[in-house]
Amino acid sequence: MIPERLLNALILAGLLAVPLWALAADEPFTITLATRVVILALAAVGLNIALGIGGLVSLGHAAFFGIGGYAMGILAHHAQTYTALDLGLFTVSGTKSMPVIWLVATLASMLAALLIGLLSLRTSGVYFIMITLAFGQMFYYFAIGWAEYGGEDGLSIYLRNSFPGLNTLVPIHFFGLCFAVLCLALFLHARLAASPFGLALNAARQVPGRAEAVGLDPKRLKLLAFVVSGAITGLAGALFADLNRFVSPTMFSWHFSGEIMVLVILGGTARVMGPVAGAALYVALEHWLGGLTDYWIIFLGAILLLIVLFARGGIVGMLSGRRQAGD
Amino acid sequence: MSFILVAEQILNGLQFGVMLFLMAAGLTLIFGVMGLINLAHGSLYMVGAFAAAAVAGATGSFLLGLVAALTAAAVAGAIIEVAVIRRLYKADHLDQVLATFALILIFSEGTRWAFGSFPLFLDIPDWLSGPVSLPGGIQYPLYRLALIGAGLAVAAGLWLLIERTRIGIQIRAGENDREMIAALGVDISRLYTLVFALGAALAGLAGALVGAIQSVQVGMGEPVLILAFVVIVIGGIGSIKGAFVGALLVGLTDTLGGIFLPELLKLVTDPSTASTVGASVASMAIYILMSIVLILRPTGLFGSTA
Repeated sequence: MIPERLLNALILAGLLAVPLWALAADEPFTITLATRVVILALAAVGLNIALGIGGLVSLGHAAFFGIGGYAMGILAHHAQTYTALDLGLFTVSGTKSMPVIWLVATLASMLAALLIGLLSLRTSGVYFIMITLAFGQMFYYFAIGWAEYGGEDGLSIYLRNSFPGLNTLVPIHFFGLCFAVLCLALFLHARLAASPFGLALNAARQVPGRAEAVGLDPKRLKLLAFVVSGAITGLAGALFADLNRFVSPTMFSWHFSGEIMVLVILGGTARVMGPVAGAALYVALEHWLGGLTDYWIIFLGAILLLIVLFARGGIVGMLSGRRQAGD
Repeated sequence: MSFILVAEQILNGLQFGVMLFLMAAGLTLIFGVMGLINLAHGSLYMVGAFAAAAVAGATGSFLLGLVAALTAAAVAGAIIEVAVIRRLYKADHLDQVLATFALILIFSEGTRWAFGSFPLFLDIPDWLSGPVSLPGGIQYPLYRLALIGAGLAVAAGLWLLIERTRIGIQIRAGENDREMIAALGVDISRLYTLVFALGAALAGLAGALVGAIQSVQVGMGEPVLILAFVVIVIGGIGSIKGAFVGALLVGLTDTLGGIFLPELLKLVTDPSTASTVGASVASMAIYILMSIVLILRPTGLFGSTA
């Protein structure tokens, strides 16, 4: 068994080593795959805060991912067509600058998470799962009907957006940028889990009654966790859209909500590196099995079923020998 | 906007609503008795539709197709209950969500592998095709009318089964206190398989019936599944009566919203904005309905407060 701390360092080092090797071997496609891992992991880190620490089984996180994606798509679309974005009271011009897009994506997903959270947290358990799923689907249908921004076809962005001091068109630069964002998010998760807020949230998940009795407000703690979680997944959505230079309603689809949940569980719920390990395995399976058969999803389903039924702690749990996070 | 149009839309809403009820009834029964959230319910709907299309296509008989749909969905339901679902009753909701999500992946890709990606078609039989005249000069397709009738008949049958038979008593007892009825000598695991297969058969029937007015394709169950979730959140989880009322509310809101919201908006804005904005808002109408119910009654209209 490997100590979890060492395992975490190994996972992160591995994720950094693969694209560096690909750079030396001149295989840009592998760098793009690694970037995909990083961005999916970032989305799952967001969900892991709500799901892992807060115990909120949200099946609607694709909503935030899609909002982040559309924030990028809309701003870049207005910038590349030189049209103004009409916000009712005033108009703004679009932008191709990543920091601005990230800010807008994060704020917009926070706002959505606040509204969805306020409504959904009135309930718990199964109701919460179904309601977050339904709200996610609401955004999906809204995006399909939104003809101004491509409706069902989505929006294409011709050139990747820019970041000061980097050439984002070079795959390794964009990878480095995404990797840095992922590290920040992982750091945030680790700090959050150990902070008074994280401990209180943990208490609210395990014994809501007692948490309330000592003067904590479980609902407020969960709402805050949900908003932070939505913001990170939204940021991942903006990066994902930039990776593909394309946004479409499929970013909102509930299959994606299920997939990021799968990433968290594959890796190990509530573990800091769980989402990274899960995303790496997922993309590797997709690439490897997808090359063997067109129906690789069947095998993904079977693997997932086996993990849920027999290997509760996910990859990190199996390798570190601790079945529960924080044992 | 004439009386005839409104009446037709109300009938469409009813038809949609009773089909949603067939899905929602199984879901809510399975949750009420076993405490299980089953995302793969939409896959059973798909299994029913494919079985009906394949058998009706081979034999030319729509009724044989319906029998095949009921059988295939019930058998598929019983198999996954025994192989997978049974291990999940004691697990938390997260594990149930993931395992049934995995089942969706397996069912969808398996069906794509067996039948290909192209949609199949299930024809309405001759004796149910064509329009009928209703009082008030309304011309309405006979098949859709038959769907409303079939849905209402199944709802009545389900009510009789649960309220008036021995199995029904066991199901209701299972909802309240599973240890007690196990102690009284009821084979609880057989009862669970039976309830799961019954829910699956209802979903398969809905899939086959709706399959004749839409195309039969992979993934057809998922939009319906999510609407069925909205229905049971509105109606209250575990309540068959709630599922019925919720299904009709959602069916009518969705159908009538698509027609009347753009018309209403035309009173305040110009026609082209009204139709685009109206269409977007109409697609969100049922979710707005769900939010309102949640604000007023967080456990749904007929849900228990526990």
